[in-house]
Amino acid sequence: MSGVRVLVGTRKGAFVLTSDGKRERWDISGPHFAGWEMYHLKGSPADPNRLYASQSSGWFGQIIQRSDDGGKTWHQPGTPPGEPTTTPEGMPKAESNKFVYDTSPETGKPLTTHQWYDGTPHPWEFKRVWHLEPSLTDPDTIYAGVEDAALFCSTDGGKNWQELSGLRGHGTGPKWQPGAGGMCLHTIILDPSDPNRIFIAISAAGAFRTNDAGKTWKPINRGLHSQYIPDPTAEVGHCVHRIAMHPTRPGVLFMQKHWDVMRSDDAGESWHEISGNLPTDFGFPIDVHAHEPDTIYVVPIKSDSEHFPPDGKLRVYRSRTGGNEWEALTKGLPQSDCYVNVLRDAMAVDSLDKCGVYFGTTGGQVYASADAGDSWAPIVRDLPAVVSVEVQTLS
Amino acid sequence: MMIRVTLPAHLRKLAHVDGEVKLDVEGQVSQRSVLDALEARYPMLRGTIRDHVTQRRRAFVRFFACGDDLSHESPDAPLPDAIATGAKPFMIVGAIAGG
Repeated sequence: MSGVRVLVGTRKGAFVLTSDGKRERWDISGPHFAGWEMYHLKGSPADPNRLYASQSSGWFGQIIQRSDDGGKTWHQPGTPPGEPTTTPEGMPKAESNKFVYDTSPETGKPLTTHQWYDGTPHPWEFKRVWHLEPSLTDPDTIYAGVEDAALFCSTDGGKNWQELSGLRGHGTGPKWQPGAGGMCLHTIILDPSDPNRIFIAISAAGAFRTNDAGKTWKPINRGLHSQYIPDPTAEVGHCVHRIAMHPTRPGVLFMQKHWDVMRSDDAGESWHEISGNLPTDFGFPIDVHAHEPDTIYVVPIKSDSEHFPPDGKLRVYRSRTGGNEWEALTKGLPQSDCYVNVLRDAMAVDSLDKCGVYFGTTGGQVYASADAGDSWAPIVRDLPAVVSVEVQTLS
Repeated sequence: MMIRVTLPAHLRKLAHVDGEVKLDVEGQVSQRSVLDALEARYPMLRGTIRDHVTQRRRAFVRFFACGDDLSHESPDAPLPDAIATGAKPFMIVGAIAGG
């Protein structure tokens, strides 16, 4: 019997929502880690019982949690209680919440600075993990996108983390600048056809690609146009909100930028706009139908400062033509007096037939569609503000 | 020396403890030796009270003992006798009392 498990991160805890393949009745488990900001939870494609969660707090910093039983129990994958916290040589062991930026091997000094909001140089300071991306093949390998923007990797199930500092060190790091939500690395896409190729995105620096498993990186922002930066077509500085890819077509990328919905057909070498008839081309999430690589979803949001749906109507827009031609999906969604936002990591699709689409709102609703977006119903209505939504398709 | 330590609720939950923590601290009783003993006993708390690398107190965490705020004292300064003897607890507190 197939089913789905929806992993929801909120401002005040995590929730696990499960259903059978019909996706009509739901069991709700949580809050897990009540009171903590849960930026992201994600399951391993190689072992669906292996889940990772980013737990953070302004008071007590970052925690990484791991479940090996599908979310029933969780633990911090660092040194177990009772074991020494130092090595036999007396060196402190790394811990699962220890994210330390690389320094220059020659001088021991920080690799570089980034720009502060006013353009002055500012040191990198770790804030939190925004996004966790487990390996497609190894449950113990996982990538973490963090604020201030950097990419870390663990190959031992989250116990130890190492920065892939070629990203910050490739040369453009000093030009990166924080967006309104901080300078975060929020998108990590692993290419299923090439384990050495990874795409990432940073607000507000742009998109980057590695072809050598993270050693070297290249900005891939040609074709992006951001009118709010001094050079609208600069190599870096673009506020990319989210990128999505269909696993069967890894050279095609879809991007929701601060403004503009964009598409690349050459793995990010160049981008062209596909906003078409959207009511506003601002938004945060973007995702791709599980079985139709040219069917994409966005949630248009009014901006710059409002960040709620136009006209108080919560509408998902779907394009079945790979962009430009969009239809509003409204059945089951509030069409008056709705002023919630849908954040960049708060949309996901399952791989059942028909494809399920899910998104969460800052008003605490998680909506699900079991028919590829034609109709929607809330799974839950009154959670804390939803930060992230992921879904696992279980067999 | 058996030292009593109180933790904020979130850290009690991480450490899987209900009430006060009792720690055996060898040598001089200071903030550093108490926190070293706490983190050795509860490794999951490493990084939540003080920075992994610099060992500096996190900005929104404060330390109190015998009614005094010791947050800005040297981490190596001896703690009051009442803490060293276990008569009173060393208090680790999340800053910001309300809101």
